[in-house]
Amino acid sequence: MSAVRSPGMAARLQHGFVTANFWLLARRLAQLGFFLVFASGAWFGLWIAKGTLSSSLTLDVLPLTDPLILLQGLAARHLPASSALIGAGIVTAAYAILGGRLYCSWVCPINPVTDLAAWTRRKLQITTDWKVKPETRLWMLGLVIAAAAATGTIAYELINPITTLYRGLLFGASWGFASIALIFLLDVFVAKNGWCGHVCPVGAFYGLLNTTGVVRVSAAGRVRCDDCMDCYAVCPEMHVISPALKGERAGAGPVIASIDCTACGRCVDVCPERVFRFTHRFDQRVDPSDGTAQETAKANVGVAA
Amino acid sequence: MSSDVEHPGKGFDPKRRKALQDLARHATGATAAGAMLAGLAAQQSSALPAKTLRPPGALPEHEFLAACVRCGLCVRACPYKTLKLAEIGDGPAIGTPYFVARDVPCEMCDDIPCVKACPTGALAKGLTEIDKAKMGVASLVGRETCLNMLGLRCDVCYRVCPAIDKAITLERTHNLRTGKHAVFEPFVHADACTGCGKCEKSCVLEVAAIKVLPVALARGEGGAHYKLGWEEKKKAGQELVPGLIDLPDRMPEVPK
Repeated sequence: MSAVRSPGMAARLQHGFVTANFWLLARRLAQLGFFLVFASGAWFGLWIAKGTLSSSLTLDVLPLTDPLILLQGLAARHLPASSALIGAGIVTAAYAILGGRLYCSWVCPINPVTDLAAWTRRKLQITTDWKVKPETRLWMLGLVIAAAAATGTIAYELINPITTLYRGLLFGASWGFASIALIFLLDVFVAKNGWCGHVCPVGAFYGLLNTTGVVRVSAAGRVRCDDCMDCYAVCPEMHVISPALKGERAGAGPVIASIDCTACGRCVDVCPERVFRFTHRFDQRVDPSDGTAQETAKANVGVAA
Repeated sequence: MSSDVEHPGKGFDPKRRKALQDLARHATGATAAGAMLAGLAAQQSSALPAKTLRPPGALPEHEFLAACVRCGLCVRACPYKTLKLAEIGDGPAIGTPYFVARDVPCEMCDDIPCVKACPTGALAKGLTEIDKAKMGVASLVGRETCLNMLGLRCDVCYRVCPAIDKAITLERTHNLRTGKHAVFEPFVHADACTGCGKCEKSCVLEVAAIKVLPVALARGEGGAHYKLGWEEKKKAGQELVPGLIDLPDRMPEVPK
């Protein structure tokens, strides 16, 4: 057996570390940035945003509220005050316009944990995988709403790892870290991309908001694809790639349209042929198949770097 | 595997069978997970210990848990660091705000910043005067250890009360121990008490004799149909049953 191919290595050797990790680094900065606007106040007294990802007030003017938590409150038969309604409206509109699952890969603090778990799986070559159906998360979403309705409380907030982690870091509770460890172990040993890809009801909710978002990844350079499979290896929702990447014969456009795509851009990073790029939903351009392909590839490198 | 197992009969559709199995699997899993979550929620929502108090304006506990999104904006708004978010084991539902009067009582800010900060109305916006807050009711539960009740003049709970002479008064009674002094009993008037907890915080005993309890725990309540005759008489402005003859009370007989 030959050495196991390390996804991203080819891109790194051909295009350098920065190009092969550009969007990954950008996402880590974004995740850290979203956290720091809360933490700067809680830790250093420099207040930018107060609250947590469940509901917050930025610079004392901008209210933001998680629409799923608001929905649970409604299911529990409480009509929230205007501030929460406005805040949830702003968040819903922003994600509906940009793309719902941008939340998953650019904001959510659990993403680095599950990314690390996926990396650990690849490094340890763990192949055991409890196949969880993709629609399981929709059931989870349903049960979260049902639990709120049945108990008359925002029940999921007792265990929601996203807000638990933020609360833990910002308000000094340690319970959050136990659930993070559980999610990490689930993703490493039980199910590949188990939490974010199959279980998390918040991801399912933002997936529903992902049907109209304009920010998309396109396999515009699919003509250059040499089937190295690196993109599939790193993609947390690998079923979203094929329809776009291999859709030429079926007449499908190059844009990854699935609502499951989190627009994390990892496929853009690791592809040595620079097949993928960030674009908007309506960009159906594909790179030509003639000799200019190589030049376009170089141009894409330039864009990413 | 024998073929009759793979083709159990007419009308067998493997796709339909698979779909039904998946449906059953999901329904079972979701019900189990939902039941666990609901169970946790039920356990959590019944778990508010008497010594943990909700911020001013908090809705009744069952409504509060439907409204509070555990964002901590009230905690951030509190200038005295009175409020905390509950961690597992603290008692209140995880992530919800509370305070313990004996640790840090509510300072009763005039502008009630915690209520203003609440995005959902879990702390009801209708509370605009802090004197009308009902975080709990102070109760002199340690009557036998209270220094005032022992005939001393501690008076600390009375002095620190933000609603002095309204929420706590000193009621003078005889000191039966000495037979010749007075006892100044700290007496809580529940209608004026906001439950801020300053009395409990400042009680000089090792364990506070006066404690703020949740309203439901601290107060007795008569049946809705109970009427106080003398009040009704005052309201009516006359005898409730005109012409009723007041028969003489039968007094104990004096032994001859």
